[in-house]
Amino acid sequence: MCLGVPGKIVEIRDLVARVDFWGVSRDVALHIVDEPVTVGDYVLVHVGFAIRRIAAEDIEQTLEFYREIVEEELGPSALGKAES
Amino acid sequence: MSSDSTRLEFRDPVRGRELLARLESSVERAGRRISVMHVCGSHEQALARYGLRTSLPRGLRVVMGPGCPVCVTDAPEIDQAIELARRGLHVLTYGDMLRVPGQSLSLEDVRAEGGRVSVVYSATQAVEVARRASEPVVFFATGFETTAVATAAVLDADPPENFFVLSAHKYVPPAMQVVASTPDSQIEGFLAAGNAAIITGYGLFEAFASENRVPVVVAGFEPLDIVAGLVKLVELVVEGQAQVVNAYPRCVTRDGNRPALAKLFKVFAQRDGEWRGIARIPGGDLRLRSEYAAWDAHERFLAGERALTRAPVEEGVDQCRCGSIMSGTAEPSDCALFGQQCKPDSPRGACMVSSEGACRIWHQYGLGLRNERELSSLRVRESSP
Repeated sequence: MCLGVPGKIVEIRDLVARVDFWGVSRDVALHIVDEPVTVGDYVLVHVGFAIRRIAAEDIEQTLEFYREIVEEELGPSALGKAES
Repeated sequence: MSSDSTRLEFRDPVRGRELLARLESSVERAGRRISVMHVCGSHEQALARYGLRTSLPRGLRVVMGPGCPVCVTDAPEIDQAIELARRGLHVLTYGDMLRVPGQSLSLEDVRAEGGRVSVVYSATQAVEVARRASEPVVFFATGFETTAVATAAVLDADPPENFFVLSAHKYVPPAMQVVASTPDSQIEGFLAAGNAAIITGYGLFEAFASENRVPVVVAGFEPLDIVAGLVKLVELVVEGQAQVVNAYPRCVTRDGNRPALAKLFKVFAQRDGEWRGIARIPGGDLRLRSEYAAWDAHERFLAGERALTRAPVEEGVDQCRCGSIMSGTAEPSDCALFGQQCKPDSPRGACMVSSEGACRIWHQYGLGLRNERELSSLRVRESSP
């Protein structure tokens, strides 16, 4: 539950963003993100909510780390499921 | 920056060994055994996954505190969700909660009996289910402050009238306070969870550190983040400095996410509450404020009823030591059931159910089991970049 997952914003409608997590896309709520976001930005997502916009220089390291954890421990399709 | 170079940056075995050597010399300089606590399932996963548990200095004990939200959800809270499902209400919850036993049954058991229990991955999804339904829908909301913020956000965005929240949300800082002020506590420093601090900010720990005369280091989840955080923490312990250090500056700021925090406390108020197997934590529960009573499942369905109470000695009944493990006074391998009668596919306690529970993590990575040595050396080889 504590493991925030980063993804890339591909579309925004009001307070809902379509976010791509390595090919799996999900609607993510933008009610509580810490600063304004636009399409192309990365956000850290926790239980369906963006909680932080991730600075460009932090993207690679964060993505790689989470990709590895998610794919190894939960299987590639796990992002489509519940939190954990 | 390529992914390979960043991986090297945060997992470089040479730098890792250097940091571990520095940690070793700091602990040696102390000339005594030092115990510190982290309060996050993701920290435990990283410690286990990268073989760090077996590489730490002998004089340093790193214990996992109450860092698993599923594990600390009290059995009577689960029983309330079960009760509502048995009354025919549609109960929604996060996937990790399904298999956690209340005092006798789990939500999964109730679903097998024909109860309507569904898994959602977000509070938003729970609201969508309610919008499509005409009957009441109850969202059994569990998790720490980072998760409670999401529940607060949907409650503050005009949810439908048939949407109800059964809040079992918990707030971590008061639990750290209880651990820190336990008279026989041997914990001399805290490694705070990076992700929760994204919301709360590290400034929150400043008063805690000075009042309890205990250092706090906020750490991230890469192996080097954790070792570097421990190096800093041990140095502060040895020097007797009760400071807060942010060792995760790429994600955490002093103020945190202020709008999110404001929303959290607009919707929720802190109440005293039981943390399963640990203690009654003053201010440790997050419950809906009266302004949101219209969506409060406690008010709507459970008001005026005798509170569901716990069996007297939950922990002693089947020798499960989950509570002691979460309080930092025992390790999974201290439990007679661990790896024997209690395994991930046949769990006896919450710590073996949740992917964030210490027992589940230790079992997954072969820690504390009889063949630990072979398994852990295998893990170290696997996790080398």
